[in-house]
Amino acid sequence: MPSSPARRPIPSPSAPSPAPAKPVPVTKAQTGAEALIRCLEREGVEYVFGLSGGAAMPIFDALVDSKIKLILVRHEQGATHMADGYARSTGKPGVVLVTSGPGATNTVTGMLTALMDSCPMIVLTGQTISPMLGKDAFQEADVTGITYPVVKHSYLVKNPNDIPRVTREAFYLATSGRPGPVLIDLPKDVTSAQCTAPFVETVEMPGYHVPGRPDPEPLKKAATLIAKSRKPVLYVGHGAVISGAGPAIIKLAEKLQAPIVNTLLGKGACPEDHPLHQGMLGMHGTAYANKAVTNCDMIMAIGARWDDRITGKLSEFCVGATKIHVDIDVAEFGKIVNPDVSIAADAKLAIEDLLPLVDKLDTGDWLKQIADWRKQFPLKYQKRGGLKAQHVLDRLDDLGGRDCILTTDVGQHQMWAAQFCLTTKNRHWLSSGGAGTMGYGFPAAIGAQFANPNKKVWCIVGDGGFQMTMAELATAALHKLPVKILIINNSYLGMVRQWQELFFENRLSGVDLEGNPDFVKLAGAYGIKGWRIKRPNEVDRVLKAAMEWNDGPCLVEAEVIKEDNVFPMIPAGAALRDMIIERPKQKMAKPEGST
Amino acid sequence: MSAAAAAASPVTAHAAPLHTISILVRNKPGVLVRVALVFARRGYNIESLVVSADVTNGEFSRMTITCSGDPQTLDQIIKQVTKLIDVVHAFDHTGQFVYETEVALVKIQCKLAERTEILQIAELYSAKVVDYGVDSLIVRIVGAAEKIDVFLSLLRNYQIVELVRSGKILMTRGLATT
Repeated sequence: MPSSPARRPIPSPSAPSPAPAKPVPVTKAQTGAEALIRCLEREGVEYVFGLSGGAAMPIFDALVDSKIKLILVRHEQGATHMADGYARSTGKPGVVLVTSGPGATNTVTGMLTALMDSCPMIVLTGQTISPMLGKDAFQEADVTGITYPVVKHSYLVKNPNDIPRVTREAFYLATSGRPGPVLIDLPKDVTSAQCTAPFVETVEMPGYHVPGRPDPEPLKKAATLIAKSRKPVLYVGHGAVISGAGPAIIKLAEKLQAPIVNTLLGKGACPEDHPLHQGMLGMHGTAYANKAVTNCDMIMAIGARWDDRITGKLSEFCVGATKIHVDIDVAEFGKIVNPDVSIAADAKLAIEDLLPLVDKLDTGDWLKQIADWRKQFPLKYQKRGGLKAQHVLDRLDDLGGRDCILTTDVGQHQMWAAQFCLTTKNRHWLSSGGAGTMGYGFPAAIGAQFANPNKKVWCIVGDGGFQMTMAELATAALHKLPVKILIINNSYLGMVRQWQELFFENRLSGVDLEGNPDFVKLAGAYGIKGWRIKRPNEVDRVLKAAMEWNDGPCLVEAEVIKEDNVFPMIPAGAALRDMIIERPKQKMAKPEGST
Repeated sequence: MSAAAAAASPVTAHAAPLHTISILVRNKPGVLVRVALVFARRGYNIESLVVSADVTNGEFSRMTITCSGDPQTLDQIIKQVTKLIDVVHAFDHTGQFVYETEVALVKIQCKLAERTEILQIAELYSAKVVDYGVDSLIVRIVGAAEKIDVFLSLLRNYQIVELVRSGKILMTRGLATT
């Protein structure tokens, strides 16, 4: 039955926003661009990642007098992923500044990436002067129109006096509730004109409501359902990372004696080396995590959205199990799975409030069963037969990778990294999940390194994805950022090749990356230190050297065997129990699932 | 025609139940596009859409949308519409106790001799002739969508050259919020 949300009086009370620390100063004469930069300063912005251009010139000019550091990128997509890496590793919004037309359209992929993964981002785009809007002016594009589906919200500013209010609203929207990208399109005449409006402390948005503490009723119902469970699973997603719910979830797991599994983006919310943790679930998750999910009698999603990479064939997903869903975005309830109880709240507050309502469950047999699966189906790879990506990543994990911030690109290396590099700290695993954006990993590492100058940042990329945004080598080199680039080079778009091998009779099409450059020499061209690994016995020496390298960026090219597959694997659209644990002997049917 | 194409044909689409949704929005640029995109992305067909200012001095507007599609998708659409920053609320009024009405204008090409019959039909349905041309009439009818449908079917024997329908508007009865 379609249900209407609870009725509210009109207009509903506006959501008060957390006020910035400083008091409102008397506004001096300033341009719209100057007011914008003052607003960014008041929001605590440290870095703006951007690329200049005609329509954005007043804003770039105003940045000259600001303490905000402008990071000039080589392509606007790089700027968005840097802002994303900055944001995911800190929880603070990343800020992008680009010009109109192509400058703005180049941010679309980055905004989609941020929207799909709930990452707070502010994208400032220059725009042609407002009298020319809609007249096909030079470098004009209908940027708000183009970006409607990839933003949480957007503004086209027509009046310079709206800038303080719009900026405050944009930051509040980007960072509150379910975070996301907010775009502000700024015509050049608006940023050039005088802005006399005062700075704004609170926002009034009667259509915007952010759940905070959970209602007691669904919590009580959840506690009752949990009490009946003998085979529970806590399924932890990115929402738990964003709200910092990890410690509360660990308490809950220990109190209940319930196993934890996490999604690709949930990595790090709870330490993956915790005894109750079964690693990642889903398409390339561990066999024991997926077996636990398949056989559980109660699954509690905490800041996770039942993605198709998690559920596989929906009609066979967790059949008969009680489903509890904790999410700050009420539109997620019933989108994929109809939960028995939905708890609309911040994940951390929800779990904290749930804790006193639950007691230890009788899960001895269940935990033993999972431990048996773990022994029977461990994550493994063939040690013989050349250099394996899994071996390199396994060694990285052992040689200190677990304490580093890891970013990945998208593909086989991403899944192997997710499997073999355990994440034990919140906001230490940055990967494009929902959008699956190739080209994400390297710029995201740059953004994360700017945000965390005292942490080691490793960027694990494939040879395909790296080449999409490798122009940012210049950015990393210029700023002497000690980002460590690990290229898992198999000269293939490996994940697609794997699918073609398994489901398309090995008819390879559009996957051979013949013509790759010599990546070590390429690094050298930017003055970046590089190593190449060709044999397993070189792995430790090179990884250790790279780990200790502190003179700017460094690059490790691991020439791994060309044809290797990620297992376990659940073919898209198949049920979790149809998981393939090793290379199949017979021909596989083409998968029915989305992609 | 493939089975999939047959399923998507207008005849089957109309067999899906019609829903009437009212949405209170902030009067901000682009809000109509944002709302329409939520429907379009999920394959929902908007049959009619009426937007008008609310009493609150232009700060809010009200949309009344008639659309068709399966109820599960509609539930998700209402949630996604409600999630839009400029949407204050969205309610599905299908099957509720509401007052609904619609206006239609019909232009009929007709000779003087045919007019008596048309005027009789119009009178029966309390429709008003609002324009007398030499070769044409414009008839205005107000009422429930079903009444207008029947009225139009009676006029099928005449030459209807133009038809404009306002789309359904509604209001909840009593003091309940629309």
